[in-house]
Amino acid sequence: MTTSTTETLLPPTEKYTILGWIKRNLFNSIGDSILTIVAFLLTFVLLKSTLSWAFQEAEWTVIVDNLKLFMVGRYPAEELWRVWAVLYLLAGVIGFLWGAWVKGNERVGYVLIGMPIFLALLPFTMEVRLLILAVDLIGFLGVILGRRDNESFKKWSIIALLLYFPIGIMIIGGIGEGGLLPRVKPDLWGGLMLTILLAVIGIIFSFPIGVGLALGRQSDLPIITWFSVGFIELVRGVPLITILFMMDLMLPLFLPATIRIDSVMRAFVAITLFSAAYMAENVRGGLQSIPKGQYEAAHALGLSSFAAMAFIILPQALKAVIPILVSQFIGLLKDTTLVMILSLFDVLGIGKSVLGNPDYVGTSKEVYVFIAALFWVLSYGLSYASQRLETSLGVGER
Amino acid sequence: MTNKTFYEEQDPIIICRDVQKWYGDFHALRGINMEVRKGEVVVIFGPSGSGKSTFIRTINRLEEHQGGKIIVDKIELTHDVKNIESIRKETGMVFQQFNLFPHLTVLQNITLAPLQVKKQNKAEAEKTAMELLERVGIPEQAGKFPGQLSGGQQQRVAIARALAMNPKIMLFDEPTSALDPEMIKEVLDVMIELAKSGMTMIVVTHEMGFARSVADTLHFFDEGQLVESGRPEDIYNNPKEDRTKLFLSQILQH
Repeated sequence: MTTSTTETLLPPTEKYTILGWIKRNLFNSIGDSILTIVAFLLTFVLLKSTLSWAFQEAEWTVIVDNLKLFMVGRYPAEELWRVWAVLYLLAGVIGFLWGAWVKGNERVGYVLIGMPIFLALLPFTMEVRLLILAVDLIGFLGVILGRRDNESFKKWSIIALLLYFPIGIMIIGGIGEGGLLPRVKPDLWGGLMLTILLAVIGIIFSFPIGVGLALGRQSDLPIITWFSVGFIELVRGVPLITILFMMDLMLPLFLPATIRIDSVMRAFVAITLFSAAYMAENVRGGLQSIPKGQYEAAHALGLSSFAAMAFIILPQALKAVIPILVSQFIGLLKDTTLVMILSLFDVLGIGKSVLGNPDYVGTSKEVYVFIAALFWVLSYGLSYASQRLETSLGVGER
Repeated sequence: MTNKTFYEEQDPIIICRDVQKWYGDFHALRGINMEVRKGEVVVIFGPSGSGKSTFIRTINRLEEHQGGKIIVDKIELTHDVKNIESIRKETGMVFQQFNLFPHLTVLQNITLAPLQVKKQNKAEAEKTAMELLERVGIPEQAGKFPGQLSGGQQQRVAIARALAMNPKIMLFDEPTSALDPEMIKEVLDVMIELAKSGMTMIVVTHEMGFARSVADTLHFFDEGQLVESGRPEDIYNNPKEDRTKLFLSQILQH
């Protein structure tokens, strides 16, 4: 054809029926067909044994009977409403944050919404299931509130998030004896609640420390540089379990006998320091990805070094390392299982102690599969949510 | 525009005496002497690696000079951070690579420094920013991010950003070298308008057309030295130094 088209053409589209798609992708040639059939058979054989175990042989009563232990450990039953309150607060804050920051992309929160639904599928009583589903409802209300076009909501959502953690800890830990919020000793915290608390607090506190260390490592002042490098390399050079041991065995030797730090605090500190060292290196990676021209432009405008860091460099650097920070958080979430050696009962520790009960002999498969599933749902949910967050923040676009 | 022709009667606003700079063993600036008067438009040209960019960057201390004196608006550049910051407040700079802040909108790029450094209130800063965008011809782009603009538009935003601090001096470091040919003119037009308004400007550029029509003084740099200075017509028509002659013949052949 000689006609050069000046009209705009639509891109070519391919449309299939389901059968057409199957034919094209699965049975396109004899080789393809054989591969497809073999793959289906293999999947069937593997799935069949797994599924028949899960639905016929497995004794899930061990989970059902101890569900409260798995979730909150030995937290007193009459104070459980406080855990719910904290959970609802979290849902509200996250919803609000999401609504205020993530505009436009509605599919974004599906997996976050899915996490409570997955939990509700577990063999709780109907009442508890409704309480769990209320998490979604409150999160949703938060989103609606945050969606309202109000620029100051962005600021308020950050403030709400920052306030959430001390308030949440206060509600769970309690203040004073008696009253509305009697003290619940950290020794009684446990289960999934403790796992999540350790990981979240670890990441929250290690964030400013890590940013500080990353900046310190680049500092012009030798003492600050040496301290930062020394700390980072020392902590990164040993496994988390060693730091936990140190905290458990060594710290009491150095502190006067009158000062007793409970195990949960020690675990928090160990995890925070450990995480901070990795955070520092991740943030440093982000800092190095910022072109020199950005510093120059900021300085040429008369911004002080501090203002240049706060308004120009850090926002870009941190945005660039969101994927790494999320994977660090997922790693930390799973590393928290090591607090068992401080005789704390995180979700894995509870699993072990449940298996120690003679009533539940021979149910280790069920217990560990359940714990693995919990971790998987949490980790995948986080990773999915962060990918979505990256898309809507435009990470990777310049 | 009225004070334009009288720049020669003005006091020098930038004084450079025997400025020296090394990169390792490489002697990048070998004793530069230069005076720039209020309202003067100065073009620095020369082969690449001749130290012209390095020199312009010493004026607002993006590069540190290791010998000699630089005095900008009666303040001498020393290690004193206060001096450096007050000089930077009075000198705007435009870069070859624009260096806009990609995470901020065009409007935020322009208002950031007035808000943070001059502590202006937001409404005032935004009003000034919109006027400046008007002046560089792209008010409709205020809400966009730099990545959504063409190179020429980005460079015009960069000029507006520098002007928002209401500087006494504007430094241009090869402002059109990273632009596609069809966008060079839109940036040069803004610069010409700025020059006519009486702004003191130091421009490092290869745009000899701009140099000839707008500049008051031309400086030719080679191998870290200021080889020759003069009015554009003198430099063009009878350059005194052989190196200037050679360079001009090379770039004006086309």
